[in-house]
Amino acid sequence: MTIIPIGPYHPSLEEPELFRLTVEGEKIVDCDWKTSYNHRGIERIAEGKTYDQCLFLVERVCGICSASHPIAFCNAVEDMAGIEIPERARYIRSIIAELERLHSHLLWFGLAGHYIGYNTVWMWAWRYREPILYLFEKITGNRQSYAMMKVGGVRQDIKDEDLPDIMKVVDDLEPKLNMFIGVALDDPVLAARMKGVGKFSREDAINYCVVGPTARAAGIDMDVRRDEPYAAYDRVDWKVILGESGDVLSQAVVRLLELLESVKIIRQCLREMPHGPISVEVPEILPGEGIGREEAPRGECFHYVRSDGGNCPVRLKIRAPTYNNIPTYKVRVIGETISDATIILASIDPCYSCTERMIRVVEQGRETMGWSDLLTLSQEKTKRIMREMGFNEEDAFRGLRI
Amino acid sequence: MGIKTWALKKSPWVFHLNTGSCNNCDIEILDALTPRFDLERFGILLVGSPRHADALLVTGPVTMQAAPRLRHVYEQAAKPCLVIAVGSCACSCGIFDGSYHIVGPVDKIIPVNIYIPGCPPKPEAIISGVMKALNSL
Repeated sequence: MTIIPIGPYHPSLEEPELFRLTVEGEKIVDCDWKTSYNHRGIERIAEGKTYDQCLFLVERVCGICSASHPIAFCNAVEDMAGIEIPERARYIRSIIAELERLHSHLLWFGLAGHYIGYNTVWMWAWRYREPILYLFEKITGNRQSYAMMKVGGVRQDIKDEDLPDIMKVVDDLEPKLNMFIGVALDDPVLAARMKGVGKFSREDAINYCVVGPTARAAGIDMDVRRDEPYAAYDRVDWKVILGESGDVLSQAVVRLLELLESVKIIRQCLREMPHGPISVEVPEILPGEGIGREEAPRGECFHYVRSDGGNCPVRLKIRAPTYNNIPTYKVRVIGETISDATIILASIDPCYSCTERMIRVVEQGRETMGWSDLLTLSQEKTKRIMREMGFNEEDAFRGLRI
Repeated sequence: MGIKTWALKKSPWVFHLNTGSCNNCDIEILDALTPRFDLERFGILLVGSPRHADALLVTGPVTMQAAPRLRHVYEQAAKPCLVIAVGSCACSCGIFDGSYHIVGPVDKIIPVNIYIPGCPPKPEAIISGVMKALNSL
C-alpha cells in the first residue's frame, strides 16, 4: 500500500486542498482529505458589517458564485424583514443568476476537459464563455463580482437601449452552444474517460444529502428554482434536467443541457420584463431571523440571518453546496484508478473557498481539543440526540466508517 | 543585463499560488491564458512546480494555513524570481483585513515586485502588470 498526496498546491487544483489517496497498484483503496487552507472567517467578519456591507462580503465567499450568495443573503434578509421586491427587480435577478449559471457551467466543462488532459475542450469552452463575461461587463460594469444585488431589489437597471445588443449576444451564443453540446456528447474521448466513472447511486445521493446537478444527475428531482421559487422563476417556462446513472458523464450531460434551459430563461426574462421601479425602501429591520435559499450553479446555497434590531446581523450562517457534495468523493473514488481521481473530484464542481470550516478549542494559550476530540464529541452528541428521539443510535453512523 | 535576466525576460513561466482567495482572481488569471487574451503567444506558460517558475502569481489574503507554505514555495523557486501580487486581497487583504485567520497581505511574508490591484483585476490589467514587471528588470 502506498499513500499518494495530491496538494495542497497542485497544478490540477485551482485552490489549495490536500488529498491523501491510499493505493494498491493503480487502484485506490482509501482516501482522506484535509481542508481549511482558504478559511477566511467570513461569518465572523459579517457580524461587524451592516447589511449593505455584508452583500459586498458574501459576494466574495466565492468568486464564481458571486450572484448566488448575494441573492441567497437578500432572500434571507427579505424573509426576515418581510420585504416584497418589485417585479422588474425579480426579472433582473433571474437574468443575472442565469448568466452566472451559463458562465459557471462552461467554466466547469472546460476545467473537466483540462483534468482529463484534453486541453482543446478547455480552450473551446472558455472561448464561448467570453461573450457572457462581455454581457456582465455591459449590464453590471464588472466581469466578475457583479455587485448587482441589494436588499429590497437590485442596484442597477438594464437599459432599454441595451436590450437589442444583449439579445443579439444571446442569439449568437445559442447555436454555438448547441454545436458545442453536440460535439462534446459525441466525442469518443470524453465518453471513454467519463462514462461509468465515479458511479453514484440514487440511494447514496439521498444518504449523503447531495444537492444541485450532482443530485439531478443521480435522478433526484430537486431544484430550488422550482420547489421554492424566488426571483422570476415561477413566471417563466423552463424544465428541470435529470440524469440517470450519476456517473461523471451524466453530470456533464445535466450541466450541458442546463445551459440551454438558462438561455431559454434569459430570453423570456428579457422579453417579458415589465417596466417600473427596481428597488423598494427597506423598512427598519426588527429583531428576528430569516432564511434564504438559492439554486447556485453547484446546488442549493443556504443563508441564515439573525437580527437583534441593530443595523448589523448578529449571526450569519452560510452553507454552500460543495459542503454537501464533497463527502461523496470517498464513496465514488474508492475502487477507481489514480488517473480518474481528478475528474471524479472535479465532477461535483468543487469550490473549496465556500466550504472551508475551522474548529479549534484553545484554553490559556494551549490547544485543548484537536480534530479527533471534536469528532468524538460530535458523534456522542448525535448518538445522545438519536437516543432521546427514540431512534436506534447505531443508525446514525450506518455506512460511515470514520 | 546579465544572462539570467535576459533569459527571464524572454519567456517567463509562472506558478500560480492561491493563498486564500475567493477564486475570482484565479479564474481571471486562467482567462488570460485562454483564446481571447492568449498569454502563451508571449511565451508565458503556467507551470506545475515552483522549481520551474520564473514568476509567482500570488492571489488572496494570506491565511494562517497558507503563510508557512507560501514561504516554503518562495524558497523553492529558483532566483531571480518575480513575485506578483494579484488582486486587492493579495495587495492589502481587502475586506478580509482583521479576520482571525488572516496573517496579512503577501508582502508581509515574502518580498513582492509588482502589485496588481482590483477585485478582481481584469485580464488586461494582469497582462499589463506582468509586462511592467518584466520591463522593470
